[in-house]
Amino acid sequence: MSPSHPRAHPRVGPLAARSTTPRSLDVDALIDDPATGIIVCCGSGGVGKTTTSAALALRAAERGRKVVVLTIDPARRLAQSMGIEALDNTPRPVSGVGGAAEHGGSLDAMMLDMKRTFDEVVESQATPEKAKQILENPFYIALSSSFAGTQEYMAMEKLGQLQRDAKQTGTYDLIVVDTPPSRSALDFLDAPERLSSFLDGRFVRLLLAPARGPARLMTAGLGLVTGALSKILGGQLIGDLQTFVAALDTVFGGFRARAQQTYALLQADGTAFLVVAAPESDALREAAYFVERLSEDRMPLAGLVVNRATPAPAGELSADEAMTAAGRLQRAGGGSVTAGLLRLHADRVRMCEREAVLRGRFAAAHPQVPTVVVPALAGDVHDLEGLRKVGNMLAAG
Amino acid sequence: MSTDWPRVRLHVVTGKGGTGKTTVAASLALALASHGKHVLLCEVEGRQGIARIFDVEPLPYEERRLATGLAAGGKSAGTVHALSIDPEAALLEYLAMYYKLGRAGRALDRFGVVEFATTIAPGVRDVLLTGKVFEAVQRNSRNKGARQYDAVVLDAPPTGRISQFLNVSDELAGLAKVGPIKHQADTMMTLFRSPRTAVHLVTLLEEMPVQETADGIEHLREAGLPVGGVVVNLVRPRDLKVKDLAAARKGALDRGAIEADLVTAGVDVDDALLDGLLSEARDHAERRALEDSQRKIVKALGIPAYELPRLAGGVDLGGLYELAQALRDQGLA
Repeated sequence: MSPSHPRAHPRVGPLAARSTTPRSLDVDALIDDPATGIIVCCGSGGVGKTTTSAALALRAAERGRKVVVLTIDPARRLAQSMGIEALDNTPRPVSGVGGAAEHGGSLDAMMLDMKRTFDEVVESQATPEKAKQILENPFYIALSSSFAGTQEYMAMEKLGQLQRDAKQTGTYDLIVVDTPPSRSALDFLDAPERLSSFLDGRFVRLLLAPARGPARLMTAGLGLVTGALSKILGGQLIGDLQTFVAALDTVFGGFRARAQQTYALLQADGTAFLVVAAPESDALREAAYFVERLSEDRMPLAGLVVNRATPAPAGELSADEAMTAAGRLQRAGGGSVTAGLLRLHADRVRMCEREAVLRGRFAAAHPQVPTVVVPALAGDVHDLEGLRKVGNMLAAG
Repeated sequence: MSTDWPRVRLHVVTGKGGTGKTTVAASLALALASHGKHVLLCEVEGRQGIARIFDVEPLPYEERRLATGLAAGGKSAGTVHALSIDPEAALLEYLAMYYKLGRAGRALDRFGVVEFATTIAPGVRDVLLTGKVFEAVQRNSRNKGARQYDAVVLDAPPTGRISQFLNVSDELAGLAKVGPIKHQADTMMTLFRSPRTAVHLVTLLEEMPVQETADGIEHLREAGLPVGGVVVNLVRPRDLKVKDLAAARKGALDRGAIEADLVTAGVDVDDALLDGLLSEARDHAERRALEDSQRKIVKALGIPAYELPRLAGGVDLGGLYELAQALRDQGLA
């Protein structure tokens, strides 16, 4: 944030509190623009990222784009309806996509297999013997299946692969990516950096030192450290660790170069980030953090999707009026259905008011972010028909 | 009111992202801290969710008094303390406590080993995080000066990771087959697998969270970890009777009668309002039908289920006590 935001006359008085209406996000313009090559959906867990990415991808395909959608952890029935319940790390065509004949659009989908993607990276970077050695190392196994950030990093690695393939073969002109539901959903931005700093770290260099030779000065320290570690972890561990780090070091150049390429790809003009949030204070706080972080890293932010908003109530009846009327009916001893309807109405009005306040606060802090509000559907989304509905609502804004 | 879990000292609360795990863990801690009981509420993912929900400063790696428990039955309430467990701080504490490493311990930190160990070896990280929880549960009068708790509530990682997180000795087995840390992990497993632990799962009445809950229970059982209850969160208000719901779904509610009722109640009725109320009723009935079908699935899981209402105004401190009371009334605490 710039420290001095020039404003000659700071606004005070009643006008200062005027509520901010955010710019609205034109989803169709975004997906129809041939310059849009990659859309990344990010947001905290449970806000409907996967559904949003799938709905966007389907809509783009039905409007003539050649789309591939990379999902992380779709609901079982949604995955089945898209034909990707088998996790084989390769895009598969989705059947039932409309308008393919007229517009030439198509949709492929895949589910990310984190470990397999990692294995493939290792195999492509190292000689077969070296690769085997790495793949069998217990540290590699732990790292590739549960290192915090591995999933994020692998999602980006897969994105890079898809993009390179698409460029060569022309199979796709739009890639939609869902990001993993991590504690900090932007970990993928840090993953290349984290991997680098890890491998450049003092301890890793120390472990590699004896193999490299002229590091006499450090070996005394190393003795102390490995001694302590053996005491805690057991001796066999140190050996495994040294093998692992040495092996990884040889394939590391490739790793780092690719990570940097992917990072640059994310910053490029053809990429658009969509931050997805639910109209809850936690989710919007996270969304605000993403928006700030993306702009810090100069990542192209297309807008905010506020998902699962309470549908606006009809009519002018306020929550208090509805509750008063419901109370009167109940005391009069009749109209239990009507009283129930009035209470439901009051509940919906209150939810809507609270959500509007939360959105207004977000908009006041981030007025530059175009926003689209998607009302909650009454049922779950688990087929293409449901995705189309979500797509329509995304576009209707 | 008696609790369904009288022997449990360690309540682990897990759930799919977005289901309100932290809210449930916090309310459970308040509910357990009645009758003069003292409760420790822990988080392990560095999200500071506890600080946010109680609206206090970010928590350090230190037990802090957070709130007074739910007052119940005229007895004085107990206290809730909170702790945000950080793996690096836990490792240093662990080393100091068990190994008295002295100079070597400091060297470990200086050479970046602490960061290294907590980053690269997730098994090691989880042992440290759960190790601190273990220590808080096992504390007794021999630990001079340390606060003792009647119960510990852990705001744990999400359902997808919970079995792996608690199953520390298996997780570590690939890395360390022998040695003190392996031994430590095995000791911890004895507590986690005992009836003194219960893993509660938070869900919503929606397809995916319920499916994930069913999968989670299966994984916990495979790992020999004690399954606690299912907490169904954010349950919608139930203001319509079953027969009215069916009519609402079909669009067959008596429009004339409703209009007459509204007039009686002094509401200015027009077509827009009537249409609006009827369409709200239809949406609600459709959502309720979905909830009811999911509720059946939850019931079929065969473990105790507890329900918490969705608070229209959102969850603040007062709301937490309201939810705590609901948990107490239903016997989770």
